[in-house]
Amino acid sequence: MARLQIRNLEKVYANSFKAVHGISLDVDDGEFMVLVGPSGCAKSTTLRMIAGLETITGGEIRIGDRIVNNLAPGQRGVSMVFQNYALYPHMKVRSNLAFGLKLKRRPKPEIEDATKAVANTLEIDPLLDRLPKQLSGGQAQRVAVGRALIKKPDVFLFDEPLSNLDAKLRASMRVRITDLHKRLKREGQSSTVVYVTHDQTEAMTMGDRICVMKDGCIMQVADPVTLYNRPENAFVAGFIGSPEMNLMEGTLAVNGGIRVRLADQVLTFGEDVGGRLDVTGGEVLLGVRPQHLRIAASDEENALEGHVSHVEFMGHEVYLYVDIADIRLVVVVPSEQYHPEDIRDDRIRLIPRKTAVHIFDRETGRNVSLSANA
Amino acid sequence: MAEQITVRTTPELESARTLAEGRRMHAISSAVRYALLAGVGFLMLYPLVWLIGASFKTNTEIFANPGFIPSEPTLNGYIQGWKTSTPYTFATFFWNTFLIILPKTIGTAISCAAVAYGFARFEFPGKRILFATLIATLLLPNVVTRIPQYLLFRDLGWLDTFLPLWVPSAFAGDAFFVFMLIQFLRAIPRDMEEAARVDGANTLQTLIYIVVPMLAPALISVCLFQFMWTMNDFLGPLIYLSSVDKYPVSLALKLSIDTTEAFQWNRILAMSVLALVPALTVFFLAQKYFIEGISTGGVKG
Ligand SMILES: Nc1ncnc2c1ncn2[C@@H]1O[C@H](COP(=O)(O)OP(=O)(O)OP(=O)(O)O)[C@@H](O)[C@H]1O
Ligand SMILES: [Mg+2]
Repeated sequence: MARLQIRNLEKVYANSFKAVHGISLDVDDGEFMVLVGPSGCAKSTTLRMIAGLETITGGEIRIGDRIVNNLAPGQRGVSMVFQNYALYPHMKVRSNLAFGLKLKRRPKPEIEDATKAVANTLEIDPLLDRLPKQLSGGQAQRVAVGRALIKKPDVFLFDEPLSNLDAKLRASMRVRITDLHKRLKREGQSSTVVYVTHDQTEAMTMGDRICVMKDGCIMQVADPVTLYNRPENAFVAGFIGSPEMNLMEGTLAVNGGIRVRLADQVLTFGEDVGGRLDVTGGEVLLGVRPQHLRIAASDEENALEGHVSHVEFMGHEVYLYVDIADIRLVVVVPSEQYHPEDIRDDRIRLIPRKTAVHIFDRETGRNVSLSANA
Repeated sequence: MAEQITVRTTPELESARTLAEGRRMHAISSAVRYALLAGVGFLMLYPLVWLIGASFKTNTEIFANPGFIPSEPTLNGYIQGWKTSTPYTFATFFWNTFLIILPKTIGTAISCAAVAYGFARFEFPGKRILFATLIATLLLPNVVTRIPQYLLFRDLGWLDTFLPLWVPSAFAGDAFFVFMLIQFLRAIPRDMEEAARVDGANTLQTLIYIVVPMLAPALISVCLFQFMWTMNDFLGPLIYLSSVDKYPVSLALKLSIDTTEAFQWNRILAMSVLALVPALTVFFLAQKYFIEGISTGGVKG
């Protein structure tokens, strides 16, 4: 049973590169927290500081009610699963699993029971007498998870554990890990997880909450639905969701109506946007997800007019790439609503779903359209 | 009809002929190649073959007969040689060699692994300078340090003991081995060691349970090299050992040359053959690991 608390954590590497800029994060007991962000945003650095593999330059890490800053990795009550498995190459799977318990000088029968139980859970019993080099990637990763599981740690740490697996295996391992987490939770075992990935599908499907990072700072921490619907800034908005949210440079003016000028066109919005705005104008980014744009009927007003540069047929959906002056938009329409004959001379008119439109300050990237619930 | 047949078969015949010709050429060229290789190989091997042959000759025959097959083979050289002209038999000398080699090799393996681990995995103040020192000792010709070393060990009162032969190696004095292990370690990813630390291993446990097993092929090479070099070392024992009862084989061989007026070459040769045996045996037993160790640059399994 342990919650993980991170306070103003900083990391400056030996070459005086500041990788982590004072982040604070609380992971509740039993929570599955995903750290996600582009490459180099210091996800691994943060995780390794929690594990104790990297020294802490500033701030504080607490696991349960202990400050662990100066504890050795083995004393922090954490276990870690590495991207490339990091199984001990000279030991059989059995010894790999048991290594941690052996170091703790647990009695032999206890170790054997624990090994069996873990092997059962992860379906690796037939592999117990193999060496790591005799395992497939998926099997090796299961053993690595087993090695973490057997210690019954307070906090599980995963550093991109699935990125060396092929897509299919990744999907099944994803389910396996979330199932495992639910099961530990149900059985009342400690099951706090910090899971690092750069794959937003993994983040969205696995995390109770997601912590989006960029350049050593936290951009937003929230559950997947909130993150998707109410991104606090343009970075999160662009990072979460696929294809990416369209972010269009424009100018906002609030006088009477809400008007956003984009290139040579003007969109007006009513109270469904105005009600949640907390600024009265300025240079902005208008954010609309590709799924929230629809093709306008010919008699509809207040649409964006553009020209279709190409079309990708994905099966159940169609991706339209639309140019509005020098702004490139992606539009996703369900296949059954896409009728090529409607588009004459590649001209297309698009209407954004008003309730799903976001407006970001262009300077700071802050979402200025979140103030009241729309 | 007949004409037609000839016409049709000519190309086939021709191709068969060229095929046969090709095969003959191939046979000739490989015959030449093997003859050449065998010749050169024999040339290189000849001294060794002659040594073994001559060790079964009588002393007079060695100089009379240039061939390597003894006309009347005798074990006399071995029997007399083993007894030596000193109160000790060669058994003593072999035992001394063993006494020098064993602690030295073990000391080398332990100290070099520890030092290499330190250099390869840890950041500490002065690391660069210390590493430069290590490389400098590697570049320094051995002879240069002989006299200062001798003076040092004399002042410590270690002359005529095995200590001057053991101690430097037990403190990772063989920079080459340290360097080799560092290079080897650099090619091994750190993840396993980090996993071990998360599993609760301290630095020493990580070294013993994780690093050393992964280093095993390189360590075996280190031990083998140290074994063979110590076996063949002549200068070290010559400088530091003065009483005959402490002589290793390498010195004892020279002893037989010193003490007899007319050199009993057959005895010397016989003992030389025996002196070769341990190194060869160890080499062949460990050949698999040895080759593995040399060829393990960075590829990990
Ligand atoms: N030992 C180091 N010394 C100096 N800088 C480092 C060191 N390790 C990492 N960095 C830098 O710190 C930043 C964060 O690295 P980190 O490995 O935590 O990124 P990451 O988010 O895990 O990226 P990825 O998704 O590629 O694994 C990077 O800019 C990296 O270059
Ligand atoms: Mg990383």
